[in-house]
Amino acid sequence: MIATRDAYGQVLLELGRQNPKVVALDADLSGSTKTAKFAKKFPERFFNAGIAEANMVGMAAGLAAGGMIPFASTFAVFAAGRAFEQIRQSLAYPRLNVKVVATHGGITVGEDGGSHQSVEDLAIMRSLPNMTVLCPADGPETAAAIRAAAAYEGPVYIRLGRGKVPVVFPEDCTFEIGRGVTLKDGTDVTLIGTGLMTAMALEAAAELAARGIQARVLHMGSIKPLDEELVLKAARETGAIVTAEEHSVIGGLGGAVCEVLAEGCPVPVERVGMRDVFGQSGPAGKLLEHYGLTADKLVESAERILKRKIG
Amino acid sequence: MLSEQTVQDLEQTARELRVDILKMLHRSQSGHTGGSLSAIDIMAVLFFHHMKHDAARPDWEERDRFVLSKGHAAPALYACLAKAGYFPSEDLATLRQLGSHLQGHPDMRKTSGVEVCTGSLGQGLSQAVGLAMANKVAGRKSRVYALLGDGELQEGQIWEAIMSAGHYQLSNLCIVVDCNGLQIDGFTEDVMNVGPVTAKFAAFNMHVIEADGHDITSLGQAFSAAEVSGRPTVIVASTVKGKGVSIFENKAKYHGVAPSDEELQIALEGLGAQ
Repeated sequence: MIATRDAYGQVLLELGRQNPKVVALDADLSGSTKTAKFAKKFPERFFNAGIAEANMVGMAAGLAAGGMIPFASTFAVFAAGRAFEQIRQSLAYPRLNVKVVATHGGITVGEDGGSHQSVEDLAIMRSLPNMTVLCPADGPETAAAIRAAAAYEGPVYIRLGRGKVPVVFPEDCTFEIGRGVTLKDGTDVTLIGTGLMTAMALEAAAELAARGIQARVLHMGSIKPLDEELVLKAARETGAIVTAEEHSVIGGLGGAVCEVLAEGCPVPVERVGMRDVFGQSGPAGKLLEHYGLTADKLVESAERILKRKIG
Repeated sequence: MLSEQTVQDLEQTARELRVDILKMLHRSQSGHTGGSLSAIDIMAVLFFHHMKHDAARPDWEERDRFVLSKGHAAPALYACLAKAGYFPSEDLATLRQLGSHLQGHPDMRKTSGVEVCTGSLGQGLSQAVGLAMANKVAGRKSRVYALLGDGELQEGQIWEAIMSAGHYQLSNLCIVVDCNGLQIDGFTEDVMNVGPVTAKFAAFNMHVIEADGHDITSLGQAFSAAEVSGRPTVIVASTVKGKGVSIFENKAKYHGVAPSDEELQIALEGLGAQ
């Protein structure tokens, strides 16, 4: 178990050593976002904006226009919310090479409450032209995703979490932007996860197998571009889809999958996620249970959807 | 100190740029007249005297960079870039037309010589701060110039950016505020008073210089003083909205209105051009 933000802190340091053009920015949360490690090692390449996210994004844009590769970090709720228009105008519109690494995404922020739990950031960022949106599942995949983002020329939004999450991928995994991963094969139904919900999808698939249902499990670490081929193939071969995300069911993974299916291969879908509500204070685990973001709920959804399968 | 000849040459250049701005806006029948005319003397001194840049090498690493934070004055920027040779002056006639590389607001991906995308007010200064930081990280000696409107100072992001310019002591950054006193809804001091601006900038650890934004000598002195100050500098330039065309001067109405046929004639006559 490792938090994705910890993996980010490590790999950012590694990128800093490899490339003198890598710079980092933060908005007074470097201890939490884990950019503090980079700041300590490369103080001349670290810029704290103070509690001023809009300016942080603008400075990152200028640094990119000046030839640097900036990684700008704060909590997801402030990055995608407070600094939305700066991300739109100063990063996405000019297609500048800035990586916005947003930590503390989703409800597992926990005790800080709904004001600090971003349930809409993936939807907001996904709607922007030129923007790439990533949501890795665990520590190893985060490291690979950050390296892939650094190697890619253009704006990327990467959503990470606060708490420790189970490890799904091997240490030496690779990450390809725009590519989904088949974690388990199956023919009856497909569970598609992103972020920490992928581990739950795997858990749910094991339980379904015990009940005689063969569930396929896909992981979408790349929300945009989405691996449409993999989604359509799963729809054609299994005939039913359950999506799982620590995010609103509107506009994130579930929304993106439904868009692809509606145009390419309409099959029954259930979207597991936040049902158009804000979160609240509480321990992360209890919040996941409270809002139905659990393996048990995925099992229920899969069993329910099987009855809606066409043919 | 600029020589008398240099001052005369720059005055003539500014006159020609005003003609280009008016013709381009008249042709497109869309765009921002008043703020382009108030800014053009400042930009003439920068582009044709003070800044180190080369139209033949728009990606030259050591160039000075100009950020038009008040992006709606794009016609002024396009007039300067065309005259400097970044693209043919005939292109000016395509301003704001479908398929043109001259967008309503500056676009770094479409227009040669445009450094960043601006137009959403308040955002250009942050980008200029980032450019100045990049120069320091890369060890480049080049400077960054950002032109702001006084109405733009109402955006909170400006003060976030000023705070960071002062905090990081970006001595390679020079900000010019085109203080024409007007914005779309009227006089800036009536809409939302941002004064006293000089004291505010000084309070944010900036080196502040007051200048006459239509006096070439005054501007030349200010830019030279900024360069040797060793501190981030704000030049508070007093200007007149619509400057150079009597019927447009000091009128909020001409913030976002292009000249009609008749107005163009009057304007060109006033500038001694036909």
